Amino acid sequence: MAFFPNGIAHYVIGGLLIGLGVAMLYVTSGRPGGVSTFFSAAWSWLLDRPFFRQKSFLESRGWRLCYALGLVAGGALYVAVGLPVSPSAMPAWKLALGGVLIGFGARLGGGCTSGHGICGMASLSPGSIVMVGVFLTTAIATAWVLRALGI
Amino acid sequence: MGLRFSDALVTIASGAIFGFGLAFSTMIRPESVIAFLTLTDLGLLLVLGSAVAVNLIAYQLVPRLCQTTLLGDKFQQRPFVLDKQALLGGVLFGLGWGLCGVCPGPALTGLGAGNPDLLIALAGIFAGALAHGLWAGRRQG
Repeated sequence: MAFFPNGIAHYVIGGLLIGLGVAMLYVTSGRPGGVSTFFSAAWSWLLDRPFFRQKSFLESRGWRLCYALGLVAGGALYVAVGLPVSPSAMPAWKLALGGVLIGFGARLGGGCTSGHGICGMASLSPGSIVMVGVFLTTAIATAWVLRALGI
Repeated sequence: MGLRFSDALVTIASGAIFGFGLAFSTMIRPESVIAFLTLTDLGLLLVLGSAVAVNLIAYQLVPRLCQTTLLGDKFQQRPFVLDKQALLGGVLFGLGWGLCGVCPGPALTGLGAGNPDLLIALAGIFAGALAHGLWAGRRQG
């Protein structure tokens, strides 16, 4: 299977668990579990500017913080039960620059891989399906260009 | 604003299951995402497809069968309008994702799984969201 040189089981099981977590949030509280809004809403604790004090941020920052802490805890739990993690060596400048683009882009674009990719697609939202096409295509093109340039 | 204890607990648990799945799928490792984006291992499609499949049931079926959520709340819609700005946001997000192989969920979970480098990505994401808010706030006047 040339498309899946590392097998498929961990991808499918991992994806089902990801889906289960997002679905659990929706079925219990009715909240679409996008992650990226947390990074805007959190600024409402520090800044007084009207944009960051908007009602939707003030109302959602509490659960968004819980959700983000849960995501961190999920990673810690994975390690605590003894499951393997391969080391990563992504250069710091790529993480820094990429992070800024991701943060700005996700907020301007109204969501990220979880908000548009999982919740939006599961809602059959045409806008989200377009957005997933846009960021997936851009990311694939970016990765190819960087690889071709040897960066 | 005040979050009920049951609500907080369920939300943390939802995030933790999501995160455990992200770690299990190896998507917390930027190199795994780049392997997908360079089309050398298409695993991410299986991850996304499986996650969406579960949520098609949650989003399409459950609200038709139940009046309220399990905690007695309303099922919420994602507020989203597709316009030029949103498309530009998608392009910028794609550039960043293609550059470093990180997106918001895996940045949080990867940190929890012991990769401190992801603090750099998280700082970048916070800075990007801050810049967006300052810019959008100025546009609103």
